[in-house]
Amino acid sequence: MATVAIKRVEHVSPTRQWVIGLLFILLGVAIWFLFSQSVETGILTKFGMTIGGSTAKIPDIIIPTLTALNTLAIICILLGIVQIAKPGGFGRYTNWVLALVAGLFILAFLAWAAAGKSINLAGLINTTLLKAVPLTLGAMSGILCERSGVVNIAIEGMMLMGAMMGALVGSVTGNLWMGMLAGVLSAALLGLVHGVLSIKYATDQIISGTAINIFSIGMTSYISAKFMQPFQTTLNNPGVFPPIEIPVLSQIPVLGPILFKQNIFFYGMFILLVVIHFGLYYTRWGLRVRSVGEHPRAADTLGINVFRTRYIAVLLGSMVAGFGGAYFTIGSVGGFDEVMTAGRGFISLAAMIFGNWNPFGALGAGLLFGFADSLASRMAILGVKIPSEFLLMAPYIATMVVLAGVVGRSRVPAADGVPYKKEG
Amino acid sequence: MSDEKPKAQESPPKKDAGQIFIEEVTEGPGRQSAGWRRILNVIAVPVLAIFTGLVLGAVVIIFTNLALYEALKVSIPDGLKVAWDSVAVAYGALFTGAFGSPQQMVAAISSGDLVAIRQAFYPFFESLVAATPYIFGGLSVALGFRVGLFNIGAEGQLFMGAIFATYVGYSITGLPLFIHMPLAFLAGALGGALWGFIPGFLKAKTGAHEVINTIMMNYIAFRLSDWLLNGPMKRPETFNPVSPMIEATARLPRLFGDPIRFHFGFFIALFVTWLVYWFLWKTKWGFSLRMVGSNPRAARYAGASVFIGIIMGMTLAGALAGMAGGNEVLGVNYNLAMAFSSGYGFDSIAIALLGKSHPLGVLLSALLFGALRNGATNMQLKAGIPIDIISIMQALILVFIAAPAIIRTIYRLRAPAEGDEGALLTSWGGG
Repeated sequence: MATVAIKRVEHVSPTRQWVIGLLFILLGVAIWFLFSQSVETGILTKFGMTIGGSTAKIPDIIIPTLTALNTLAIICILLGIVQIAKPGGFGRYTNWVLALVAGLFILAFLAWAAAGKSINLAGLINTTLLKAVPLTLGAMSGILCERSGVVNIAIEGMMLMGAMMGALVGSVTGNLWMGMLAGVLSAALLGLVHGVLSIKYATDQIISGTAINIFSIGMTSYISAKFMQPFQTTLNNPGVFPPIEIPVLSQIPVLGPILFKQNIFFYGMFILLVVIHFGLYYTRWGLRVRSVGEHPRAADTLGINVFRTRYIAVLLGSMVAGFGGAYFTIGSVGGFDEVMTAGRGFISLAAMIFGNWNPFGALGAGLLFGFADSLASRMAILGVKIPSEFLLMAPYIATMVVLAGVVGRSRVPAADGVPYKKEG
Repeated sequence: MSDEKPKAQESPPKKDAGQIFIEEVTEGPGRQSAGWRRILNVIAVPVLAIFTGLVLGAVVIIFTNLALYEALKVSIPDGLKVAWDSVAVAYGALFTGAFGSPQQMVAAISSGDLVAIRQAFYPFFESLVAATPYIFGGLSVALGFRVGLFNIGAEGQLFMGAIFATYVGYSITGLPLFIHMPLAFLAGALGGALWGFIPGFLKAKTGAHEVINTIMMNYIAFRLSDWLLNGPMKRPETFNPVSPMIEATARLPRLFGDPIRFHFGFFIALFVTWLVYWFLWKTKWGFSLRMVGSNPRAARYAGASVFIGIIMGMTLAGALAGMAGGNEVLGVNYNLAMAFSSGYGFDSIAIALLGKSHPLGVLLSALLFGALRNGATNMQLKAGIPIDIISIMQALILVFIAAPAIIRTIYRLRAPAEGDEGALLTSWGGG
């Protein structure tokens, strides 16, 4: 029998229902107090709808700021009341409503920040999506590994290696596809090391991951300093994958160029997202991976090869990280700089937790963190008093809050990080 | 070895130091063998790991030397000669960069010129300067391990320590040295302790794993320091994000004249090493902390509070890492700039593991890493080998320490009786 998707039981505790409902109301009140109060009637906010470099001109959306803010506040408060008053609240849709309210709050923030000014909304969405690509890929790498019970904090190192090899091999061969392949394979090699150490030698997986991170930082910087910087034009000049325009769809106003005129990494992320989600939840392989991550002994008893399943998951996971790493060079800026991932691998780790070890959750978290990142660079332009550094801190704080179980309980795979030893 | 002298001076008497090793061994079951053999057993894997790391580093140096491929075209002996030369030059520069060149020392002493003598001994003392933050950082991670906690956040705690120490260092004026300097140093410890307390509390209260939380706290600390250095703590007269210089009264005194930067912090580090040892092995608190680390269930049964143990473990680990930050600001830099720490946090993990999470072992490995890091600067200068080779070697050493089975396979060593190399941590999910 093919694996039937296991129905996930959504247990909503009364406390959580209350807390979430209160949070909605609080956000609504916050919009009212923090934003509405400081805006006078008659002020307008202008949202630009054309991304930079696009030829098609789309008219800007102009809204009266105060009315918009008050409407958003009321919607949030109403949703909060429903969540508390209705028995069971929004039940299994709670997370979706939570995302909606978060979105409304962000919209209110934008409307307030750009009151009397204009903000390029389309551009903001575009950078958010682009920044989300490596984060989501990194998070999915973590999901594949950790669902099988192997902690992977080496995402950072694998990405860095993928980025460096992508640029180097892409430049040497003059072929971006070879660069991408090299990036993926080099990360897979690191994944193999991680696998051998943590599966065969039962090493502590965090130590093994740390070693890989230190090694990758050292190796990529070494090669960069010794070869790529002195010979920039021949060894560090791979070019960038050109955007692929999908016919018809890319003509949709606003969303068309944002969603359907990107390069291979962007589409690759979405394809991987669907494949990994389907693979994990709807195939026999996925069930095996998850069972090995939850209860390896039971899985072993049922004849599943724990070691092989983990090896495959770690290898696939590291390849995804390598793909995400290659994005930094041959998908984005077209050249390697030392330590250019700058902690993105660790934000990916946070996105994985924030997304509850779940591919679509990872995408959501990736988008949210990508948004924080792209908004931070615009704060100064908008003249908002909040220092952008605090916005950049938000993903980390949010992850800690989620991990502490204040807003929702994160579900760690039970055997995550525990080396498996066969008995006898 | 170079560290023989200071160790004999500052750490506990010689006999005690030997006992530490023996105690380390007798924790494992293999009690039968003779004393010196036990010591050999304990240090065999670390020493061989370092050796193998150096050998593999040499391999990287050889194969990234383009002259090698030119020489190989001529003949194989030519290639071997080039390979040998490149390693000899590189490691020669590493050695003289770390300890100084003996000829120069002899020449300087015989000439009697004070400046020349200082110049000659500069590399050696600079290695000690580089090792000092490693000692604190390594102790931080090691103490965490002893309490069953993985402190991957030494970097962030170090940043917080540096921020606190800097603030006390420049904002308070008019205090005498013997009050201001300890105050600033303790402020550093406090900053780190705060940054350790938060993940410790979260772990104890909610079971949230400290690895994730300390990683997150690292980045929060980085952003916080970015903000402080661009805003409230920015030096008024500059455009660069740097803090004001700290007061002269807050600085850790330097023991010799320029250029030697060797300062009092090293002796504090030695004292703290002893203090950590004394605390963990000679006090009731230390005992219950180690019990929490090795067997939380038994600890609970015996009446020790795991809740308090975890919080205290993380807080103390944070304080130690914070001292590393304070030490760097008060002893070396005298101000705080962006990205002033270069990976001390991660290196500290390697140091703690190399030192088997024992204060004395940590001290020795920190001295080694300090020498390596300091020597590598010279290697970059003289032999054109990027300093990053050190990270590659450290990663390899870390791998061999973490998976001793690899080293045993290479060198055909016999495996220890049982256990002793067990996993340091329980499940990722805490609990």
